[in-house]
Amino acid sequence: MKPFAFSRADSLETAVEYRQAEPNSAFVAGGTTLLDLTKLDVMRPSRVIDINALPLEGIERLGDDRLRIGALVTNAELARHPAVREDYPLLARAILAGASTQVRNMATTAGNIMQRTRCPYFRDVAAACNKRQPGSGCDAIGGINRMHAVLGGSEACVAVHPSDMCVALAAIGTTLTLHGPQGEREIDFADFHRLPGTTPHLEHMLGDDELIVAITLDPPLRPLGTAYLKLRDRASYEFALASAGAMLSLDDGMIGEARLALGGVATRPWRCHEAEALLVGRRAEEAAFTQAADAALAEAQPLSHNAFKVVLARQAIVRALRDAREGHP
Amino acid sequence: MSEINDPAIVGHQTPRIDGEDKLTGRATYTTDWQVTGMLHGYPVPATIAHGTLEALELDEARAMPGVVDILHHRHFPELQRSPNSMKHGDQVSEVRLPFEDERIYYHGQYIALVVAETFDQARAAALCVRARYRREHDVRPGLLSGDAEGETVDDYSRGDPDIAFASAPVIHDATYTIAPESHVPLEPHVTLAEWHGSEPRLIVHESTQGIFYERNALARIFDLPAERVEVISHYIGSGFGNKLFMWPHAVATAAAARLLGRPVKTVLPRQQDMMSTGQRPASRQRIRLAADPDGRLMAIHHDSTSETSLVDRHVDACGGATPSAYACDNVATRQRLLAVNHGTPCPMRAPGEVSGIFALESAIDELALELDMDPLALRLRNYADHDPQRDLPWSSKQLDVCLKGAAERFGWAARDPRIGAMRKGDEIIGYGMASATWFAGRQPCEARVEIRADGSLLAACGTQDIGTGTYTIVAQAVAELTGVPVASIDVRLGETSLPAGPLSGGSMTTATALPAVAAATRDALDALQEIAVGPGGHFAGHDRASLEVKEGALVAKGQRAGFAEILARHRLGSVSGKGSAAPGGERRQYSFRSFGAHFVEVRWDPGISRLRVARVVSSIDVGRAVNPLAARNQVEGAIAMGIGMGLLERLEYDPRDARLINANLADYRVPVHADMPDVDVELLDYPDFRFNEFGARGIGEIGLTGIAPAIANAVHHATGKRVRDLPITIETLLDSPLIMT
Repeated sequence: MKPFAFSRADSLETAVEYRQAEPNSAFVAGGTTLLDLTKLDVMRPSRVIDINALPLEGIERLGDDRLRIGALVTNAELARHPAVREDYPLLARAILAGASTQVRNMATTAGNIMQRTRCPYFRDVAAACNKRQPGSGCDAIGGINRMHAVLGGSEACVAVHPSDMCVALAAIGTTLTLHGPQGEREIDFADFHRLPGTTPHLEHMLGDDELIVAITLDPPLRPLGTAYLKLRDRASYEFALASAGAMLSLDDGMIGEARLALGGVATRPWRCHEAEALLVGRRAEEAAFTQAADAALAEAQPLSHNAFKVVLARQAIVRALRDAREGHP
Repeated sequence: MSEINDPAIVGHQTPRIDGEDKLTGRATYTTDWQVTGMLHGYPVPATIAHGTLEALELDEARAMPGVVDILHHRHFPELQRSPNSMKHGDQVSEVRLPFEDERIYYHGQYIALVVAETFDQARAAALCVRARYRREHDVRPGLLSGDAEGETVDDYSRGDPDIAFASAPVIHDATYTIAPESHVPLEPHVTLAEWHGSEPRLIVHESTQGIFYERNALARIFDLPAERVEVISHYIGSGFGNKLFMWPHAVATAAAARLLGRPVKTVLPRQQDMMSTGQRPASRQRIRLAADPDGRLMAIHHDSTSETSLVDRHVDACGGATPSAYACDNVATRQRLLAVNHGTPCPMRAPGEVSGIFALESAIDELALELDMDPLALRLRNYADHDPQRDLPWSSKQLDVCLKGAAERFGWAARDPRIGAMRKGDEIIGYGMASATWFAGRQPCEARVEIRADGSLLAACGTQDIGTGTYTIVAQAVAELTGVPVASIDVRLGETSLPAGPLSGGSMTTATALPAVAAATRDALDALQEIAVGPGGHFAGHDRASLEVKEGALVAKGQRAGFAEILARHRLGSVSGKGSAAPGGERRQYSFRSFGAHFVEVRWDPGISRLRVARVVSSIDVGRAVNPLAARNQVEGAIAMGIGMGLLERLEYDPRDARLINANLADYRVPVHADMPDVDVELLDYPDFRFNEFGARGIGEIGLTGIAPAIANAVHHATGKRVRDLPITIETLLDSPLIMT
């Protein structure tokens, strides 16, 4: 970790001003990504701007039945909030499937959305990485890529977006509220993370002088069966090899609405719209689930070490859909 | 030497005497040591694995706040290599001195040591050191990346295996591999070095399993008499073998302290700890078994290759346990060694044998299937009731008791041997078992015991407690012989100024240290008795032989005098006894080994490829467990480690350039709590008095042997897939006939 300046922002305006004054600065909330990567010399902020004093706490239900969550709400707090557990169990389960208790106590909602990839070549400054150093190449594609993406990759980057929480946000439908010099604007979560394409260093649509202040979840589905299934090498404190978040509303065994998103296999949180469309109106049975899984993975492009992820993702989808059906009231 | 029968304290569960200090943070680990004026060292690791360091750019780093100096190959004192002899007590882990030449032999090799006023300053400056390399392309990325076999370094044979193979009706022939594994001690390696005086003395605090080896090696390297080097290691956050012998960071740190005239402390960051302080090397083993139709082994061939580095030679002797494992007339083993561009490997818990037993016990399971026999029955059919390697009786072998007892507790008889036949819900249940074994050894050892005026005792021995509970068993031994409660016994370990004690390795510490401590205790009691029967003593005129030792007192004919009373009457602060012990002629009469059996249940969900160990039942025969509480802890910890070896752990070297890409605790996976199955460990109690008066062999390593093959055997039972390559990652099971995709 190299020396950096440190400032506390006492208002959104000052936070933005610090960022504008110093482009190489970084916001810090829980620090679970930034401190780690700064110690590894992967991130080299000249100034760290502490935003923990900003009024970005709180979880409130809006008049239209949506749920607004402050950017600084911790992952632990969010997962145990009664409104989340009751109406958005997928979100609670996805959060609790990730990281460790200690990390969830520190990590914030917006920080989780902004977390960086775990690609080992990204985290090693001696390796070639287009995301870390544009134009330097990608050591993962010809290297050890067991953990990498089979969906959404490019010739420049195949790094996985590691979040569990974001899989749930993608399935639920979420709007992000961003604050910048011109005040607030909103963006659909589905449009927030970018595909790597030829510019993997550009990971999201947040402007240099903006920060996320809140996220708002779409109204809950009712009645709802839900499942988050995370397949991984060890049983806890481990990133997904493949995970699936599923939500089903059923009427007499027929699928009314279906939501499906994947984690651990894609370069960004991955919503499976085609698979969802195949499920709607079908009987909630294995044949439909398998077809949905096929559709979700149709575009998969495995690398030298991770073809198994395609199989695993299919398994995760089929089982998650089954479990969602079984959990339906 | 008298056998300790019906002991009151030894063999009974005893909470660690250092437990409270550790729990409350009073125990001073090396990392915690602070010395006035201390500087901090932070090594700079090479970022390539093979080539030459052409230039170091240091200006930016030198200008960083707090930086005092940067040591490197052009700025480092002339030192001598250690002779690196196990026999002469100066073995090191990597004989090449730091910064010795400009060659880069492995990723993570130190190219500089930044020394600064604070740790953070040293780290920040280390990140600013720029190196220019000339990469070379004939890199050797690792044994398992190619098919090179290396040079033969050892072999063994008895009988004529080739003739037996030519005529054998049943033959099994398969190759097994194990990925390199990291020790991952909780406490990383750390050295604090300080020099004193014009006739210099070097004092080194180190997290080490071998204070005397480090002292002797430092004395050779810095050309000092051994008496002028002191190594201190009071508490060690485990080592599992990678702290047995000194690594280059210690040499660099001591050199920096001498050069700068101030104490220097270097704590290795986790990444560097995993890169440059050893690993269990990868191995490839071919096992050939020949048997008759009834399952009697006619011949065994065990050919192994393990890796070493290009700067030192570590042989991980995989075939060590094979010649004595089964009753078989024709056995041959061969060990090869292949040098690769990795950091130097080193012993890791049950080194060599745990790898060999994975291969052998997997192969035995495969043979049982070929013969349509119960794997347990096959093992009993080939039971070696004496040591066929040395043609000697075992001192004590209760493997059959282990096998049968653990099978009973596990419910092995209820096993349906058909693949995938046992199911519960979505999961298929697999049962597997394997035998465990580890040699029992002893080393020479000295100890001192003082009986003090306040009634307490002090026991001192220059071994060290690596977290296994050595402090406690020493106190138990003294308590047993004096009747003084464990709470009134101080134990000092981990200083080379104490009587010479053993390396904490090879599961030898208990059997090595306790007889010396017992001798010293008896010598101290003898001194006290001499005073008590002398002029003016409590037992003046008594025959010394008539005195008994009871509950911290001398007793004769109804008369009792406490140790403290005796010392007080004679105005003595203490009496002291010395003792030493060494293995004797028993090795010519008996073979000494510990034994055990593991039974494992795995659960595999073929619909989601989830594989977990659900249950482990083990029986372990180590003679007498001096402290069953700590002994059980050793086996349970070994089972956790075995699950890591079986399913999770693998150091990943990029095959293109031999760079280690997962040197951190997220990407190198050790089991976490959620991976721990139900564990049921039974410690048998058959004291081995042929080995020592305590009847104790040793328990650090045996628990790890046999876990990985028991898992692999259970995985086969569940999935029909025989996995011969560790770790068994879930993708290796995708071509199981039972998979659901």
